[in-house]
Amino acid sequence: MSAVIEVERLVARYGEHTVLKGIDLQVQAGEIMVIMGGSGSGKSTLLRHLLGLQAPYSGQVRLLGEDINAIPPQRLVELRRKMGVAFQGGALFSSMTVGENVMLPLREHTRLDESTMQIMMRLKLDIVNLAGCENLMPAQLSGGMIKRAAMARAIIMDPRLLFLDEPSAGLDPVVAASLDELILKLRDATGMSLVVVTHELDSALKIADRIAVLDHGDILVCGSVAEVRASSSERVQALLNRRIQPLELNPEEYLKRLTGVPVSGGATA
Amino acid sequence: MRNAAETIGRNTLAGIAELGLAAVLLLESLGWILAGGRRRQPVRLSAVLAQCMDIGLRALPIVTVLSFAIGAMVAIQGIHTLSIFGAESQVTLGIALSVTREFAPLITGILVAGRSGSALAARLGTMKINEEISALTVIGINPVRYLVAPSLLAMVMMVPLLTWYADLVALLGAGIYVSLELGISFTAYLGELRLYLDNHDILHGIGKSVLFGMLITLVGVVNGLGVTGGAEGVGRMTTRSVVHAISAIVITDMVFTFVMTR
Repeated sequence: MSAVIEVERLVARYGEHTVLKGIDLQVQAGEIMVIMGGSGSGKSTLLRHLLGLQAPYSGQVRLLGEDINAIPPQRLVELRRKMGVAFQGGALFSSMTVGENVMLPLREHTRLDESTMQIMMRLKLDIVNLAGCENLMPAQLSGGMIKRAAMARAIIMDPRLLFLDEPSAGLDPVVAASLDELILKLRDATGMSLVVVTHELDSALKIADRIAVLDHGDILVCGSVAEVRASSSERVQALLNRRIQPLELNPEEYLKRLTGVPVSGGATA
Repeated sequence: MRNAAETIGRNTLAGIAELGLAAVLLLESLGWILAGGRRRQPVRLSAVLAQCMDIGLRALPIVTVLSFAIGAMVAIQGIHTLSIFGAESQVTLGIALSVTREFAPLITGILVAGRSGSALAARLGTMKINEEISALTVIGINPVRYLVAPSLLAMVMMVPLLTWYADLVALLGAGIYVSLELGISFTAYLGELRLYLDNHDILHGIGKSVLFGMLITLVGVVNGLGVTGGAEGVGRMTTRSVVHAISAIVITDMVFTFVMTR
């Protein structure tokens, strides 16, 4: 197996605030890598860097062997044709029908004739169980349907890399479970590599080949489901067992936050 | 005091950053319009035409009403003012010049800023908060090529065309009032127009309107892309885009007129 995604010492910062503190991560071909973590752990930021939507402060992101922040724009466009992304909110274009949405990448990147594109679009909609919905507008779809339509658009070009942002968040358990099945089915049928960002524990344990647990900008553990379960890290166990984390309080920081003024060194409680 | 200075400094920097963004967007859009085909990513004609429909054709009824009213208003004011000197018969000269050089481009610009500039800001703002712009990028579609360039192209074609149309309707409105009030025939009014109006005057107005079209697009896009904070943010930036676009139009108009009449 070879690595299709390689992240090396990735550091991301918003102003003075460091969000990712030197992440190393590899995703192998045909693998489902789940990135887990609570709110504010940096998982969305990591995904935006993997997609090339944000440039790193330092470090490298290589997709299919190419450094996405160093290659010329034309090569980046070619690389993007081999990637599919389904965003958390679907990000369907509200002015187009579902069918038009799914066909958009084909229209922009290929010179196929209309009827071929239509057939491919219906095929993909069929895969995500949305057959017959191509003429609906995104506003007419339910939450689960939007996520599935977004997935159909993400796989229309038969990508080698598929990124899913919170595919089952906010869905009822039955729909969420059917999406998990769909993800596994897709990987088995096409052999693509998937990166799934989620905070849904059940879903992660079901679909993942490997899980990377992100916390405060660091990867706590990265390994198979069994390895993650066996991790001795207290934070990982807290996440797995849904325990509330005791907050680490620095008295000086806390006082500063409460009063809004910097406190001199000796004045801590 | 320090806070005030800080706020001024921060706002100035933000303003300069917005100007910079507008300049980059303009250059990038021109780049895509001119060389998109060579990069196998052309600016789609269908997208430009759709925008032309929205900005131009659908604005025709309101442009008609407003420019007719403006034309009649100029005639009423002109006759009223000139009657002080007993020079009502000279009103056509004033109408011809003020309509073609000022009123038609200005009213068209303000109208398009309110109708289409705000719509552009709202559309881009909503797309941004729904991650649709990120979605375009990851699909490999440059958002500037797909969203900004067609609007820019449509705007710099449609605003001058609308201005030209507003010229005609406003002169018609003025003519009807003049012929009724002063008792001269409409044909005589047209004859006077032909005598006083120079191509240069009409081109002065049309030339301005090209700039207005550019300004409306850039202001709309910069405000749309600057949206943060959900639906409320979209509303705030949409309002801001209308105020900014109209201010930019009026100030540019003054500078343009000053430079061109030197």
